[in-house]
Amino acid sequence: MNQIQKSSNTLFTLLFFAWIVSMVATLGSLFFSEVMMFPPCVMCWYQRICMYPLAILFLVALFCNDKNVFKYAMPLVLLGLFFAIYHNLLYFGIVPETLAPCSQGVSCTSDYINWFGFITIQFLSLVAFALIFVTLIFIRRLLPR
Amino acid sequence: MKKQTLIIASLFVLVLLFVGGSYLYKNADHSVSSEKTSALLRPYAYVLGNPNAKTTIVEFFDPACGTCKSFYPFVKNILKQNPDKLKLVLRYAPFHTDSYYVVAMIEAARLQGKYLEALEVIYKYQDKWASHGTPNIGLIWGFLPEVGIDIEKLKDDMKKPEIDALIKQDIEDTKTLGVKATPEFFVNGKPLVKFGKQELEELIASEL
Repeated sequence: MNQIQKSSNTLFTLLFFAWIVSMVATLGSLFFSEVMMFPPCVMCWYQRICMYPLAILFLVALFCNDKNVFKYAMPLVLLGLFFAIYHNLLYFGIVPETLAPCSQGVSCTSDYINWFGFITIQFLSLVAFALIFVTLIFIRRLLPR
Repeated sequence: MKKQTLIIASLFVLVLLFVGGSYLYKNADHSVSSEKTSALLRPYAYVLGNPNAKTTIVEFFDPACGTCKSFYPFVKNILKQNPDKLKLVLRYAPFHTDSYYVVAMIEAARLQGKYLEALEVIYKYQDKWASHGTPNIGLIWGFLPEVGIDIEKLKDDMKKPEIDALIKQDIEDTKTLGVKATPEFFVNGKPLVKFGKQELEELIASEL
């Protein structure tokens, strides 16, 4: 197997992993809101705005074997990561929550799921964005210098 | 080619998991488990309709919640249509700021035999005292005399430890039962899985 072939396979594996993570995050969040009827809070919406396009971007990149996806995906990932970190800080009370109108009646600190005492929706979101972030860094290393 | 097959197969599996999961979730039995039924019905809770009715609707509500206000006449109407077969148990889920005190007012009004009167007048003026962003429960004092409630007695009664204990128990029960939003309905222990007036009507009809 030559060098190019090997690099292409690595790219495929990385992209495939990133795509699976973004798909699970997308479908999982839809499951929480549409099936289990948990209304998403404002913070969740910002993270969704960043996550949903990633599922499509990675799919297109997979078919085109495009390592340039780094350029398009990274801004979304950084923004999503920022909101996810902020959301977790809010949840743990490290950042105080400002008064929000109750039009939707959902606070960004409410606890819909809490598995084993630490797995909350905002924690899952943080894990997903962090995984994609690391994967993209590896994809970046495949780009010619 | 092999890679594309893998992608499409994965996509297929993920979508299938989502659709299958949704189907299983919707058809699963969400009834309140027997060890939690005591959290659903407390002997102190206010009951509307026939107390010996076979079908019990439990409603967790917040007096500051607009949707609760809109459901109140709707549920009352269903009770009116089935006067013998239905009862409604009113429970509190005071999630909004200061709702705790509004609930205490309603409970104190109950000591004057004015439970429903207080609840209805509080709902009636909800737009005024519970305006989003700037709730002002102080305004409620001005509305309660309209239905003949003695404000001085009410203020005294609100301090009673039994009222405090009752509200704390209700809040504790919302946690046990996983009540996250208001209004939350349980009909004979079965929660309303998909929220809506029509869905509630169907759930009640299936339990009658």
